[in-house]
Amino acid sequence: MTKHNPLIERLAPWIAVVALVIIWEVTVRVFDVPSFIFPSALETAQALVTYSGPIAMHSWQTFWTTLIGFGLGVAVGLVLGFIIGSSRFLYNACYPLLVGFNAIPKVAFVPILVVWFGIGSVPAILTAFLICFFPIVVNVATGLATLEPEMEDVLRVLGARRMDVLLKVGLPRSLPYFFASLKVAITLAFVGTVVSETVASNQGIGYLMMSAGSQMRMGLVFAGLLVISAMAMVMYELFAQLEKRMTGWAHRGQNR
Amino acid sequence: MSAAFVTFDDVSLAYDASGNAIEDINLSIHEGEFVAFVGPSGCGKSTFMKLCTGLHAPTTGAIKVDNEPVTGPLKISGMAFQNANLLPWRTTLDNVLLPLEIVKPYRHQFRKRREEFIGWARKLLKTVGLEGYEDQYPWQLSGGMQQRASICRALIHQPRLLMLDEPFGALDAFTREELWCVLRDLWEAQRFTVVLVTHDLREAAFLADTVYIMSRRPGRVIERRQIELPRPRALETTYQKPFIDLVQELRAQIGEVRST
Repeated sequence: MTKHNPLIERLAPWIAVVALVIIWEVTVRVFDVPSFIFPSALETAQALVTYSGPIAMHSWQTFWTTLIGFGLGVAVGLVLGFIIGSSRFLYNACYPLLVGFNAIPKVAFVPILVVWFGIGSVPAILTAFLICFFPIVVNVATGLATLEPEMEDVLRVLGARRMDVLLKVGLPRSLPYFFASLKVAITLAFVGTVVSETVASNQGIGYLMMSAGSQMRMGLVFAGLLVISAMAMVMYELFAQLEKRMTGWAHRGQNR
Repeated sequence: MSAAFVTFDDVSLAYDASGNAIEDINLSIHEGEFVAFVGPSGCGKSTFMKLCTGLHAPTTGAIKVDNEPVTGPLKISGMAFQNANLLPWRTTLDNVLLPLEIVKPYRHQFRKRREEFIGWARKLLKTVGLEGYEDQYPWQLSGGMQQRASICRALIHQPRLLMLDEPFGALDAFTREELWCVLRDLWEAQRFTVVLVTHDLREAAFLADTVYIMSRRPGRVIERRQIELPRPRALETTYQKPFIDLVQELRAQIGEVRST
């Protein structure tokens, strides 16, 4: 058995990042890959610094469109999840539809959205929304739909109305599912935005990567990739912390 | 003896076309009586509870509680089950207070009388030995303590009818006997009517005034047994000859039911 070392454990993700960068750099150098095919870590870092102005501008565009799409996704997901989860009939009726809808690649919607709304931020926001509301709906609905029957009996015998049971038990009970789904949804929202930007925008990281790629400036493309994943990781961590804060009771024993 | 509080008149219930879950139940329970239902698994003991509290309507027959036909959920009853079913995001105290947030007339007075209600809950928790655990979360309590809290939750709105569905079934033997005494003391003090569903014959014999033995599905009452042991009963009673003989007789009857 290895000894449990909290410091090493906390540093582990950073060690992995550093290792990955080193492997990247060494591989590119050893095999002498041309930089218009696969730029080295150093070249990517240089591009990141050189183009920091445009990158920042496009990142901001991607960031706020993602957040608006995500916000819409949370609002719609919560309401729809609550409605579907609160009735067995609606749950059975809507679930297959939702699954079918979710199976459609969201990139297929982008041309439709462009026809409807033109190119720009709107299709990006809507794509982010379309891709991220599904896990929220499913998680909230499942949390509500899987109440213990005994718990329901205890309350029903007291004359509890359906709404009482949902608000006192169902909703708090589905909160851990909800917060868990936020982590997934925010990363998906970034995917949606970037996909839409590569096809139908003249702003945003997706557009930046697309146009840099067409000019063979691969350093800049990779810089764009790094920026997206950094943003997604930060947001993921933010929601992971929020989840821990809001629903500590569901993670009992893990941090004791 | 006081007048009948709960009466079952030729009651049968079929959940679906597969036949009756319970059949031809005729019985009456007095106010303040402690009755226990024992029988093999699947004999419809839990069904009986659902009928009695009005959570389910009988297919045939009539049920009256307090001289009124039962038509919907009976708010004068409290329930506790084998699983304590406490809400993990509420403290023990808030769990016990939950019924008061729902049952009339307390739900409309909850904000105004909150302090008073908290006083009730604390007092009740104290009588079952949970003083000092009010602000702990259920998952910080042992199984026996959770079950004590669950019984408090069933009693907080001062129900006249307490329904217990194998409440001690998941506990170890020592904790179970401890909780028998807790329940006995609560009942001696407040004299609500108790319907206890259990697999444990010693539990039934120690706690109840009357034990009903039920047959296999479709569940019928095949024996009504008055327990004449003097009250208050001490736990030591359960290790003495008259009690052991009684339990053995009950055991023999259950054995007959199972073999038929």
